[in-house]
Amino acid sequence: MTLLVAKNLSVEFKTADGMIQAVKNVDFEISEGECLGIVGESGSGKSQTFMAAMGLLPKNGVSSGSLTLNGQEILNLPRNKLNSIRGSSMAMIFQDPLTALTPHLRIGDQMQESLGVHQGKTGSEALKICLEWLDKVRMPEAERRLNQYPHELSGGMRQRVMIAMAMLNNPKLLIADEPTTALDVTVQAEILDLISDLQRDEGTAVALITHDMGVVARMCDRIEVMRYGEYVESGTSEEIFYNPQHAYTQKLLNAMPRLDGEHFAAEKRVTGERLLSVTDVKVHFPFSLSKGLFPKKVPLKAVDGVSFDINAGETLGVVGESGCGKSTLARAVLQLIPPTDGGVTWLGHDLVSMQKSQLKSYRKDLQIVFQDPLASLDPRMTIASSIAEPLVTFRPDLTKQERTALVEEMMERVGLPQSMINRYPHELSGGQNQRVGIARAMINKPKLIVCDEAVSALDVSIQAQIVALLKELQDEFGMSMIFISHDLSVVRDVSDRIMVLYLGRVVELADKDSIYLDPRHPYTQSLISAVPIPDPKIEKTRKRLKIPGELPSPLNPKAALRFMPSKLRANDYTYVPKLDEVSPGHLVAEHDPLEDILAQDPLAV
Amino acid sequence: MFGNDSQNADLATDVNEEAMVRGRSLLRDARGRFVQNKAAMGSLILLSLIALFTIFGPFFAQFSNEEIDWARMGDILHQGRPSVDTGHYFGLDYLGRDLYSRVIQATTISLLVGLIGAAMALVVGTLYGTIAGFVGGRTDSIMMRIVDILMAIPSTLVIILLLVVAGRSFVMLFVALGLVSWLTMARIVRGQTLALKNREFIEAARAAGVSEIVIMFRHILPNLMGVVIVYASLLVPDMILAESFISFLGLGISEPYTSLGSLIAEGAGTMGYGTLWQLLFPLSIFIAIIITMFFIGDGLRDALDPKDR
Repeated sequence: MTLLVAKNLSVEFKTADGMIQAVKNVDFEISEGECLGIVGESGSGKSQTFMAAMGLLPKNGVSSGSLTLNGQEILNLPRNKLNSIRGSSMAMIFQDPLTALTPHLRIGDQMQESLGVHQGKTGSEALKICLEWLDKVRMPEAERRLNQYPHELSGGMRQRVMIAMAMLNNPKLLIADEPTTALDVTVQAEILDLISDLQRDEGTAVALITHDMGVVARMCDRIEVMRYGEYVESGTSEEIFYNPQHAYTQKLLNAMPRLDGEHFAAEKRVTGERLLSVTDVKVHFPFSLSKGLFPKKVPLKAVDGVSFDINAGETLGVVGESGCGKSTLARAVLQLIPPTDGGVTWLGHDLVSMQKSQLKSYRKDLQIVFQDPLASLDPRMTIASSIAEPLVTFRPDLTKQERTALVEEMMERVGLPQSMINRYPHELSGGQNQRVGIARAMINKPKLIVCDEAVSALDVSIQAQIVALLKELQDEFGMSMIFISHDLSVVRDVSDRIMVLYLGRVVELADKDSIYLDPRHPYTQSLISAVPIPDPKIEKTRKRLKIPGELPSPLNPKAALRFMPSKLRANDYTYVPKLDEVSPGHLVAEHDPLEDILAQDPLAV
Repeated sequence: MFGNDSQNADLATDVNEEAMVRGRSLLRDARGRFVQNKAAMGSLILLSLIALFTIFGPFFAQFSNEEIDWARMGDILHQGRPSVDTGHYFGLDYLGRDLYSRVIQATTISLLVGLIGAAMALVVGTLYGTIAGFVGGRTDSIMMRIVDILMAIPSTLVIILLLVVAGRSFVMLFVALGLVSWLTMARIVRGQTLALKNREFIEAARAAGVSEIVIMFRHILPNLMGVVIVYASLLVPDMILAESFISFLGLGISEPYTSLGSLIAEGAGTMGYGTLWQLLFPLSIFIAIIITMFFIGDGLRDALDPKDR
C-alpha cells in the first residue's frame, strides 16, 4: 500500500534575484515499509522536497502541487493541523545530531516532549517508553542517558537519541536527511544497521536523503536520482546500479571511488630519494580538567609517537576516525604546530630544532591544501593575489608582470579560466575554490604537498575531478603527497602506501593493496568492513566486523590499549604496542587475538 | 555596474593590449561600491557642504564671533531675529553676538575634535588590539589588563587631570580625548583578531612562509576594517558630546571660542524666552553631522566587504 504520494510537487524560493525553483514538478511515492533513497549532489533540492512535506520550509519558500499521506493532503496545512501529523505519522532525523538537539534540555525531557503532545503521556509512563526506545536503538547505559545533556554524548549516541525520539510515536514514515554524513565510518555503519533493523521490525517506511551512493546501495529498495530540482532517473536499486540509463546517474556512479575497485596495475613509481622522515613525533596539548586559577592539567595526546618516511614522488595516505590526530600530525610535520617530542627530518635537515627564520626557506617545498576551501582563502583578497602570495614571499626577484604570468599559467593548469583572476573566493564554487587552494600550494613547485581532507567537503563528482587533478599534477611535477582523509575509498584511489591511525598512534602501515586485501589489525579490519560499497548485491551480503563500544576519548588513559585487553587486565597502562613487520613494508601494531578484543569493551567499566 | 564581473573582466581584457586583466584591489572596488550607495553618498555630500561652510562661511559674515551688537542686544527677541537685512543671518545669541559667526567657529571646533579624536582612537586602538590579540599569551594578558585598569578610572577624571596639569589648549584637548577613547576600540579589535587568527586562511598564509608581521598587516587588518570603521564613525558624535561636556565644566574650549555643544546648551537655556533660533541652528548642524557620520560609516563597512558586491 502506498503511504506517501507526491504529485507535481514544486518548491520555490523568493530571493532578491527573483524566484528560484528548488524542486520542479516531481512525482514520487513511498509504500509502507520500504526504503526510498533520494540521491543527489548539494543544491539539487533533495532536502527541500521533504522539508516541504514537514512544513519546515523557510519563510520565503513556497510549495505547490499535492502531497498526500495515507490519502490525506498534507501540503501547506495550517500549523495546528500539521502538528498532529508531524512527529506522530511522520518523523524526521537531521544531518547534524548536535544542532538538532536543544542543548539545555536533558535527553529524557527532550524525548518526553513529543510523547506529551501526541499521546498525552507524561511523567513516569512517558519515561518508561523513552527508556524502552533508547534500549531499542541500542544505547549503552540507557537509563543514565535520560539525565544527561546532549553535549555529554558522542556524535553517534546523539544520532541514536534523535532516532529514538523520531520513533517514539511509531511513525509510518521516517525521513532521514543525510543521517550519517557527519559521523565516522564505523559509527555510520552502526546507525545504518539500526535504521534498517527498525524498518524491518517496526514496518516503518524510510525516506533516505543522501549524496553517498554506497549508503544507498546498502539501504534502499528503490532510488530516485535528483539533479537541479528534477528526478532524472528512478528505479529499483538493481536497475539504477547495474543498468543506469541517464548520463548523470552514470557519472555519479563512475565518480564514486570504490574500495573494492579494480586493482590498477601496480604502476610503481620510481621511489626516489628519501624526502622526509618522521621519527616518533608526539604532540601533546595541555588540557585543563578543572577550572580555577591553577587548573589541573593533563596532556591530551593528540599524536603519540608516530614514525614514517616519504620518498620522492610517493603518496602516503593517512586514514583514521575523527580525533585520531591525523590533522595534528600534518601540522606537526609542517611545523605549524611545534611537536612536543620527536624528529622531523627533511632531506637530512632537522626541522624541529630550526629557528623560524631558517625554517622559512624550507617552507617553499612543504605546502598544504586545506579541507574547507572557502575558509582557507582570505575573503578580502582576490584569488590571484592569494595564489601569488607564496611567490611574493619566496621569489622577490620577480617583477609584477612575471608574477602575474606565473599565476595565470598555474590557474590555467588547475583548470581555472583566466577571466576569474579578479574574483573573490565567495564568488566561486567549492570546487573552484579548492582549485585555487591547490594552485596556491603548487605555485612554487614544492616537493611535498599535504592534503588535509582536501576533497572531503566537496560533492562526489567534484571530488573525482579534484582527485584527478592532484594525480595529474603529481605525474607532471613529481611531488610527494601526504593525503589525509577519513574516506578510505578516496585514500585508496590516490595513495601508494596507507597509514592507519588510532588515537594518535599508527596501527597499521602498508602499501595500498595489502592494506585492503590483507588487513591485519582488528581496527583496520573494522574500518574497511564499515565502508559502504556502491553495489547493492555485494553491499547487502557483506559481513561487518564490529568492535564493541564507542570510539574512546583520547583523555582516557586506557584508550590507547583498546586492542590489548590483556595489558589492561594486568594494569600495565603505560605499555606501548610495538610495530611488527609482518611482511616487507607492512607494519602492524601489536594486538591481542581478535576474539579477546571482540569479547567485551574493556573500557566500559 | 559592478554586478556583472565577467563583463567587467572581458572589458578590462579588451582595454589592455597585453591581455592582462587589470588587477582589482580592495580599495578600488570599495570606492566603486561606496559611490553606488545613495545614502552614504548623500551623507558625504552633506558633510562636505558643512565642511565647506566652515571654510567659506566667514567671508560672508558681517560680524566677528566675539563682537557684541550693542544696538540690538536690548531686545534680542524682536531685533535679534535671523534676518538678512541686519546682517545677522542666524540671529543673535543671548549676549547679542552674531550667531552665524559663532556657529561657523563652533562647527569647526566640533568637527576637528570629533574627527581627530576618533582618528586617534582608531589608530591607537586598532594597533594595540591587533598586537594583543595576534601575539596572544602573556603579552595579551598584560596588555589587556592595562586596558582594564585604565577603563576602571573614570575618563572624565583623567581628562580633567590632564587639562589641569598640562594646561588648557586645543592640542591637549585632543590628546586627552584620544587617550580615553581608544580603550573600547582596543577591546573590540582584540576580540575580532582572536576570532580571525584561528581561521584557516591565516594558517595557509603561515604555511606559505609569510612572516607574522606581514600576516598581521596583510590578512588580519583588512579583515578588521569593517568593524573598526563602523565603530570609529560612531565615535565621532561621542567625541563631540564629550567635548561639549568638558567645555560645560569650563575646561575645554573657553570664551570667546565656542563649540556646538556649548551653543546647544546655551540655546536650550534660553528656549523659554522664545529665542528658538539660538537652539535650532547649532542643533540642526549637530544632528546633520551625527547622522551623516552614521550613514558614511555604514556605507564604508558595506563597501569594504567584498561579499556585498
